[in-house]
Amino acid sequence: MSSLQLIKSNKQNFYYFLYLGLFLFSISILDVSLNAFLKLNITSFLPDILSIFLPLIIGFIGLNFIRTEYSGIKSLDLINKNINTNNFNSILTLLIIFAIIKATPPSLSWMIFDANISGDTKEACTGTGACWTYVKVWLRRFMYGMYPNDLHWRINLAFILVIALGFFGYFLRDNLKKYLALYYVIIYPIIAFLVIYYLISGGSFGLVWVETGAWGGLSLTFIVSFFCLIFCFPLGMVLALGRRSSLPMIRYISIGYIEFWRGVPLITVLFMSSVMFPMFLPEDFFMDKLVRVIIAITLFEGAYCAEVIRGGLQALPRGQYDAAKSLGMGYWKMHIFVILPQALKLVIPGICNTFLALVKDTPLIFVVGLAELAGMLALAKTNPKWLGFAMEGYVFAAIIFWIICYAMSKYSYNLEAKYKTER
Amino acid sequence: MSEPIIKIENVNKWFGDFQVLKDINLDVSAKQKIVVCGPSGSGKSTLIRCINRLEEHQKGTIVVDGTELSENTKNIEQVRAEVGMVFQQFNLFPHLSILDNCTLAPIWVKKMPKKEAQDLAMKQLEQVQIADQANKFPGQLSGGQQQRSAIARALCMQPKIMLFDEPTSALDPEMIKEVLDAMVNLAKGGMTMIVVTHEMGFAKEVADEVIFMDEGMIVEKAETKEFFANPKSDRTKLFLSQIL
Repeated sequence: MSSLQLIKSNKQNFYYFLYLGLFLFSISILDVSLNAFLKLNITSFLPDILSIFLPLIIGFIGLNFIRTEYSGIKSLDLINKNINTNNFNSILTLLIIFAIIKATPPSLSWMIFDANISGDTKEACTGTGACWTYVKVWLRRFMYGMYPNDLHWRINLAFILVIALGFFGYFLRDNLKKYLALYYVIIYPIIAFLVIYYLISGGSFGLVWVETGAWGGLSLTFIVSFFCLIFCFPLGMVLALGRRSSLPMIRYISIGYIEFWRGVPLITVLFMSSVMFPMFLPEDFFMDKLVRVIIAITLFEGAYCAEVIRGGLQALPRGQYDAAKSLGMGYWKMHIFVILPQALKLVIPGICNTFLALVKDTPLIFVVGLAELAGMLALAKTNPKWLGFAMEGYVFAAIIFWIICYAMSKYSYNLEAKYKTER
Repeated sequence: MSEPIIKIENVNKWFGDFQVLKDINLDVSAKQKIVVCGPSGSGKSTLIRCINRLEEHQKGTIVVDGTELSENTKNIEQVRAEVGMVFQQFNLFPHLSILDNCTLAPIWVKKMPKKEAQDLAMKQLEQVQIADQANKFPGQLSGGQQQRSAIARALCMQPKIMLFDEPTSALDPEMIKEVLDAMVNLAKGGMTMIVVTHEMGFAKEVADEVIFMDEGMIVEKAETKEFFANPKSDRTKLFLSQIL
């Protein structure tokens, strides 16, 4: 490789080499782009094998010319330091850029240029690309499941109310701020449950009863995720503290609980909740399937949350406990004011991780007959009128899930930044 | 001499098989200042951590201001509220401002009204000359400032006794003086103090008695002048010759 260093820039001709290198690099990118987007091969006069490798060779020489120890030009140094450190690295860089360029046109044409969205039947899809008509026609089902069409406003209204109540805390007066935790941990879940129960289930206030079996689609994803998230967090906190308790009884119960729920797959837990669990209940006692599923997922994810939070508790130096104790604080005061605020701050990334996994685990409730977004897709793709469009549906669901999860992780970054303090 | 405020009788403590404290006897009367010194691993930190039960002793009795330390958590919390402690690593709460560090325990443990607690905290912070830093967070202060805040935080509980566990060992040499000055002021105010330290200058200036510990035992206990002028045991002489 050292022979390649023979033609190397020095201080005098640095700019010639820089411009030449950039020029060659641009040429190689241009060649690949023309090839990918316009199916134009400007080097077709060359032998096949050379024609294929030419952009790589030109780009490689270009990057080799650009590479210098330190130029003082910020962006150039950034490139050299990160993607152009040596010959092998520059080849990798080029190959990755080429792969991205090559992959762009086919995916774009499938998703946009050759796709169909007009019409309401399968026959409207004549192009070679995606058939978004399918998603369009089924959109209401994907969003609301089997919920009656003329009652969808009830779901919308319930969600708007729940979100509005969630923001309620921001507008609280300062002297009420100390009750904020109480509001979010206890009062808010209860109100949210009542809103969702009375509005979406109905049955009173002149609203028609809609059984939970008819709920579905994205709205069900939200309902299940929402309740599991807000309930599994306090549960995890209690278990994490329990596992570190000095009372053996509490400690062993916590360890047993955590190890049990972490040891079984979620799908079996869900099966148990819907098939086995009712057998143990008295005859006249009825618990809704959706409620059972939410409880099952909460218990399951609570164990994971507990271990994440325990990690945060263990990361705190012993001195913090000593200092709190030496000021006369008891167990609860010490944890509420000193230990938990610091520990929870440390575990924001881990908790976010667990919550994202939870949201993406919700499709598993399909096994007990509840069809949220992914479940509705599975139902829709077997509809005889719409056979063969599974791909579009899953791409659609992937995009929706990605948006939800990305929003959640963004929010967690914000929280991290907001509560960041120097140690 | 009046009734001692701290009575330590035949205290023994083990970490596993290793005996850290061996038959410790010590009486401290009110307003007395005691400096504890000795090589590392001699059990001096463990001893003062036993006084507010951050460590449990396994044998013997410790009575602090009439309350015996036992399994009874109510007693322990009561004793801890009366005994302030300053640590080597400061141990300020990094998520709270200096002022909140100082008011947290008075508000929640002593049920002091918020306004009153803040006034008290500002007064104590003025005493250690960092009132102007009250709204900063611990991470923004220098080591010496942090340690002085920690002293102020302990004083906000209005303790009868102050324990210092090597308060200057984690500090840059330049900052040691400002912390020692704060401690000297406190001593002049008549506080009962037990100080684990290697700062012999401080010992000479404020201590009534100096205790030398080695291998979990009190090797020598004497009045300050006597201790430095005529140490009795050879171990003490050796230690002093190395440290002075």
